[in-house]
Parts: sequence; structure tokens; C-alpha cells
Amino acid sequence: MNAAALEVSARSRARRHGLARYGKWLIIAPPMLYLLVFFLIPFAFALKISFAETAVHVPPFTDILTVTPDWHVHLNLNLGNFRYLFTDDVYALSYAYSLRTAFFSTLVCLALGYPMAYAIARSSKSTQNILLLIIILPFWTSFLLRVYALEGIIRETGLLNSALLWLGLIHQPLKIMHTTVAVYLGIIYSYLPFMVLPLFATLEKLDLSLLEAAADLGSPPWRTFLDVTLPLSMPGIIAGSMLVFIPAIGEFVIPALLGGPDNLMIGRVLWDEFFGNRDWPVASAVAIAFLVFLVGPIALYQHYSTKQLESA
Amino acid sequence: MTERVSPFLLSILFIGLAILYIPILVLIAYSFNASSLVSVWGGFSTTWYAQLLHNDQILEAAWLSLKIGIVVSSGAVVLGTLAAISLVRFPLFRGRLLLTGMVNAPLVMPEIITGITQLLLFISMLHLLGWPHRGFTTIAIAHVAFCTAYVTVTVRSRLTSADRSLEEAAMDLGSGPVRAFIDTTLPIIAPALLSSWLLSFTLSLDDLVISSFVSGPGASTLPMVIFSKVKLGVTPDVNALASVIICVVGVCIVSAGYLMRRAERQRLLEAQLAER
Repeated sequence: MNAAALEVSARSRARRHGLARYGKWLIIAPPMLYLLVFFLIPFAFALKISFAETAVHVPPFTDILTVTPDWHVHLNLNLGNFRYLFTDDVYALSYAYSLRTAFFSTLVCLALGYPMAYAIARSSKSTQNILLLIIILPFWTSFLLRVYALEGIIRETGLLNSALLWLGLIHQPLKIMHTTVAVYLGIIYSYLPFMVLPLFATLEKLDLSLLEAAADLGSPPWRTFLDVTLPLSMPGIIAGSMLVFIPAIGEFVIPALLGGPDNLMIGRVLWDEFFGNRDWPVASAVAIAFLVFLVGPIALYQHYSTKQLESA
Repeated sequence: MTERVSPFLLSILFIGLAILYIPILVLIAYSFNASSLVSVWGGFSTTWYAQLLHNDQILEAAWLSLKIGIVVSSGAVVLGTLAAISLVRFPLFRGRLLLTGMVNAPLVMPEIITGITQLLLFISMLHLLGWPHRGFTTIAIAHVAFCTAYVTVTVRSRLTSADRSLEEAAMDLGSGPVRAFIDTTLPIIAPALLSSWLLSFTLSLDDLVISSFVSGPGASTLPMVIFSKVKLGVTPDVNALASVIICVVGVCIVSAGYLMRRAERQRLLEAQLAER
């Protein structure tokens, strides 16, 4: 390399260094500030208002910080909203109901999604692309409309009942709409693609020579699955499960459209507290308490999805 | 990496796909039902589609949703791409963990929580600053926040796999870092930008919960109108509307996917030719 070339490369390295030093904040700052202001800071406002009291003015809650004319700052923290969550049964019951519903729906999604993802991962490359497109397509089309479409299948005069009656398997139409079963079906139907995709991503990377090695050493297929495939696909299982479990706990559309009056999920309670009772401080307290529940699962998701991304 | 797929796995795969698609197909079939009773087949008809064109409430809501969708996806693609570049190209900076958390959390955060907290922010901002008034602006701001997260994930995985040597070569040949990025890496991540724009658009077009919270009087998006109609009972014109939306979105996604794959193949071919 001659002197001129060396000089050019030294200059470009210096410029690269310069960019890394100052220019990088021009890139980092816009998304960082936007998400801080419009995603993270709102939680601080919810926390603040969860300590306020309802009031009949706009906005409909009291200020927790008041400044008297002689500059004394008063902090009026009202723990009543949180105490209220423990005294009224409806909150504890709806939390428990939401957790249970989300847990069992996630299990069904996993049981159905794992074989699907496995079959896709083992198909030829061209079939794989088509199958993936078919799985992703419903995710792109409207969530709301798909929940509505499910109603056409499970209502009393819907396709499922007509088919079962025609086959002679039942003599009375099954009542599925407005029951717990409908909520389960809705969640499984809507969230299945979220389970399949992360599972596919880990299963696709699975080194098949490990399976061959296990077989060569005399391990039966089920044993190989338990000892090799399952542990190696754990990041996908966890990421997929969290991607179904967490949003399902807070689901509003599905219980509101498919569930009955006693399918009180926490999302519906929050909605009613807000739009029905217009009690914003209690709604904020419910949201904050809910968020505290979610911190663990979200951290778990974050950990495994980062791990999956880094191994890619 | 092909191996014989067992019939058991294949049958579960097809059951799963059937579960995903049958309700949509049935919905589309019933949108052509002449009878206004949703359960009775009264012959083929396109009445409900004709009625849609005269329903001002639906047309207005659709127009509002389209406008919001275009603004939101454009904003989210810019912010999300910047976030993806930050996370892939700068391994160490203050607040990296915070940014990672803020782009991952909206993907799993229940919408109802995001909606409530953002509404409380907007109310307090209006109280203190006199801006923003609830409606178009607040819905767009709220949507950009969660769409940015989806864009970041999509662009980030593409950027991670992009070959950096071209960009470095361009810089060694005297291009500035921004110029080098635009000339070499941007074409590589362009398909991801396009698909994340489309994804943001459909996510914004579909959002009910967050919009319901942050919207103000008089601003009803399409999902809000659909939800209130469906709550009142099954209406055949919603079937027609749903079919239109699903088909338009479906056709757009499939053709965008096809075009992107073709462009990608072309690019790889040219790269191979150039190497010879």
C-alpha cells in the first residue's frame, strides 16, 4: 500500500470514528425521545393518577401535588384506590380468571403450534416460504375482523353447529357463543400465528446432525425429541408462549365480542371502569397493579427474544 | 435440511391452517348472501356491497383510518429504522438497555394498558400545554409508538444479516458514512422498510383499543365503527366491509411479497454476475 492510500484509509477511519462519536446521537435520539415521551412517561402519569381521587371537573381527578400561596408543597397521596382493589372481589376474581384463561389458551396454542412449526421447519425451502406466508397472512389481516369472523362459525346457527347436526353427532345446537369456551377458542384462533413463528425460527436452526448422532447412538425418536430437540427449542417455546400469554391476559376484544357477562377478564373490567364508571383513578390503579404482574413475564420474553436474535 | 415429514405432523399442520382460514372464508361467502338473516342462505347478491357505498358513517371512518394509517406508517418507519440502526451499529451507548426495552415492550404490552396510560398523558399535556386535542393527532401519535416497535424488530433482523463490507469499501473509497450507508446498505434493507411500512399500516388500520381510549368526540376510526355495529348484533353490511378489507389487504401483502422476492433474486443475480 502506498503512502497516499494509507492516508486515505487513515482519514476515513478518523471520519468513521467521528461519526461514531457525535453523529450517533442524531440517530439514537429521535426514537429514544419519542418512545420515552409517548410510551414510558405515560406510565408515570398513570402511577400519579392512581394515587389521586375522583373529582367532578376536567380532568376528572384531583392533583396529588398542590402548592399553597406561601410555596408549601403538599403531597396528597391517596392509597384508597389500591385498598379498594383488595376490598372489591371483582378485581381479584377477574385477575385470576384472566390468568387462568391466558394460561390454558397458551398451552393449547403450544400443543397445536409446536407440531405445525416442526412440520414447516422440516419441509423443503420452497414449501417453507409458502407455508410461512399462509401462517403470517392472517396476522396481517384485521384482528378485530377475524374475531368477528369466528362468531359466524360458533354461533348457534353457525357452520360448526350446522355441520355437527348434519353429521348427526348432536341433536341440539351447542351453545358456544357467550361462554368461556368461546373466549378460549377466540384466543387460540387469534394468537396461534404468534406461537408458530418464534417456534419455527428456533426449530429451523436446529442442527440435524445432532438428531442423527442421537439416533446412531441408539436413542429412540421420542427420547431424541425429549433430550435434544425440546431443550434446544426452549428459547422459541418461551418467546412464543409469552407472545401469546401476555397480550391474552389483557385481551379486551375477544371477551367483549365472544364472551358472556360472566367472562370478566381484566381488560373488560378496565374498559368498564373507564368508559362506564368514569373512575379514572381506580382504573389507573388497576392498570398499575396489572403492570406489576406483567413485569416478570415481560422480562422473560425480553431475555429470550434477545437471545434468539443474537444466536441468529 | 429436508427430511420426510411424518403424516401425523402434516395432519396437525393442515388442521391448524384450516382453523386459521375457515372462519374468514365463511365470512366472505356470507357477505354475498341475499338474505339479511345471517344464518339463512337467500341466494347470491351484492346488495350489501352496494349499501356500503351509501353508508356515510362507514365511508368517513374509512377515510379517517386511511389518513391515520399513512401518516403513522411513514413516521414509524423513520423512527423504527433509526432505532434499528442504533441497536445494530452502536454496541455501546448510554441508554441502550432502555431503548431495547422500549422497542420490545410494546410488542407484548396489552393494548388496554398502553391506551389508558397514553390517554392520561394526553389529558395532562392538554391541561398543561394546550396541546394535543384528542382526535386525529392523538390517535396518530399513539399508533406511531407501537408501530415503531414492530418496524424496529423487522428492520433490525435484516440489518443484522446485512453484509457490512460493501459499506466499508465505499468509505475507504472516500464516501462519507451517511453517503456510504445510503449507497450500499439502504438498498439491502429496502425490502424490510417496505414490509414494515405495510405492517404498520395494517396494524394502525386494525387498532381498536388504543384508538378508543385516545380518540376524542367526533373522531371514529373504522374499527371503532365496526365494533359498535357488531356489539349491537350481526349486520350483513359488516360482512361485506370485512370481506373488502381482508381481500384488499391480502392482495397487497401477497403481491408486495412477490415483488420483493423478485427484486431480491434480481439483486443476488447481479451480485453473482459482478463477482465473476
